[in-house]
Amino acid sequence: MRIVLAGTVFVASMISALPTRAEDARVITIATEGASPPWDGTDEKGELYGYDIDVGLDLCRRINLRCKFVAQDWDGIIPALLVGKYDVIMSGMAITEKRKKSIAFSKPYAAGYNQLVVRKDLELDSGDIKQRLNLSAIDASGKAVIERLRSTLGGRTMGVLRSSNSEAVLKELFGDVVTLRSYDSLDNLKLDLAAGRVDGGLADFFTWRDFLETPEGSGAAFFGPQLNGGLWGPGVGAGLRKDDAELLARFNKAIDAAIKDGTIKALSLKWFKTDIAPGAPR
Amino acid sequence: MDLTMMVEAAVVLSSGLKLTLTLTALALAAGFILSVPLAFVRAFARPALSLSVLAYTYVFRGTPMLVQLFLVYYGLGQIEAVRTSIFWVVLRDPFWCALLTFSLNSAAHTTEILCRGLQSVPKGMTEAAAALGLKRFQTARLVTFPIAFRISLPAYGNEVVGMIKGSSLASTVTLLEVTGMARQMVSTTFAPYEIFIVAGAIYLLLTSIAVKITQVLELHLATDGKSSLRRRTRLKTALPGATTP
Repeated sequence: MRIVLAGTVFVASMISALPTRAEDARVITIATEGASPPWDGTDEKGELYGYDIDVGLDLCRRINLRCKFVAQDWDGIIPALLVGKYDVIMSGMAITEKRKKSIAFSKPYAAGYNQLVVRKDLELDSGDIKQRLNLSAIDASGKAVIERLRSTLGGRTMGVLRSSNSEAVLKELFGDVVTLRSYDSLDNLKLDLAAGRVDGGLADFFTWRDFLETPEGSGAAFFGPQLNGGLWGPGVGAGLRKDDAELLARFNKAIDAAIKDGTIKALSLKWFKTDIAPGAPR
Repeated sequence: MDLTMMVEAAVVLSSGLKLTLTLTALALAAGFILSVPLAFVRAFARPALSLSVLAYTYVFRGTPMLVQLFLVYYGLGQIEAVRTSIFWVVLRDPFWCALLTFSLNSAAHTTEILCRGLQSVPKGMTEAAAALGLKRFQTARLVTFPIAFRISLPAYGNEVVGMIKGSSLASTVTLLEVTGMARQMVSTTFAPYEIFIVAGAIYLLLTSIAVKITQVLELHLATDGKSSLRRRTRLKTALPGATTP
């Protein structure tokens, strides 16, 4: 009798544990590059960590979805989303017009910026590295800054992440004066920068800042102004398939809530030591 | 499937063809030149020498070429002593790193292929050459190697095809050969299907040409036909006391 009762209770608890709506049973897979800390990195055990992962898990909690992060190389990250290998991209990906032709973006969950680095042994004049230059609104002084960068970098070899916006920007601004090397991961670019195979590179500011603090990165330094706008767009958002409108709406709502209650700010301070929440004063 | 995209891809990827062909041809040439003496050592030298060549071919044939390329490119670049040495002029450049790796890899495979060929030359042939008064080097140059090469040709054709395909690994060290161009193009168009099909077709074309050349060469080197006449003439001149025709 007791066993039957226990069995009934067990079955009943199982039934009540079943999701009430089919949607809630859906496991969302989120892809991240896992090679651009502090946005997203991979630790010694192969586990993913970083701002993208923490924000992603928080958003999933808010919309009652079970989420799983997977690592995916950057140059295939959009094609693999389109064929349904996963449902969302959260990988420090800037919202751009070009990407919007292929995928849908959530509202921005970070507003990052980018900067050049060069090897210290070249002894180039780095200029004002705290200056901020918005490529969407370049005035006369901005033009002068870019001209100066062009003449200093002329003839150098610069590395970028393949299919990144930094690659597009470097091509646009310096394509005719520098030799461009495109890497399949930022880790490989960093290795070549440390080895002196490239003279410098262009990428996300925070990725560089973490790297420059390591022994391998000690041979390089920031160069020129902090860059944003232009081909980098309004900020970093989650990428989804265009037909996934319902999931997109839920993500947008969750991002709004996370910005409002300060979660985004807290995570931004945790990983970047700076508030880069969208709309945050700088 | 987008046909205009494929046409566009064919044009863009063709610009990487030169690098693919350069890498493949130079690696095969360097590999072959290196492998001929190594194959003789491997086939006929004292066990100690033969085994040291075996150690080289064993390692290079038993590990993936991608791993070898990463070791040469990223691995050696980590060592301070290498970076300050004169070799850095060469190793700093991704092209030379790829060429070095491919050449060493091809040499290892070709050495074993030629070694098998050398070992299967009937002993009677070399004995006959010795009986005719040919010196050891002359025997090797005029009798053993030509026969061994003919025996090895089908296997060497596979090595050529393998190297054409293997050259695609150069794209992992920032080189923009056919595969590198394809990856670059995919990353801006997000159309992997069309572009990689075109890339595959280009490689298929290249390997087909290589197979055809090998077949023609095999036919040309067959023991009957006029090419054997030329060999006979050359052999005559090497004989002691023979007059130059």
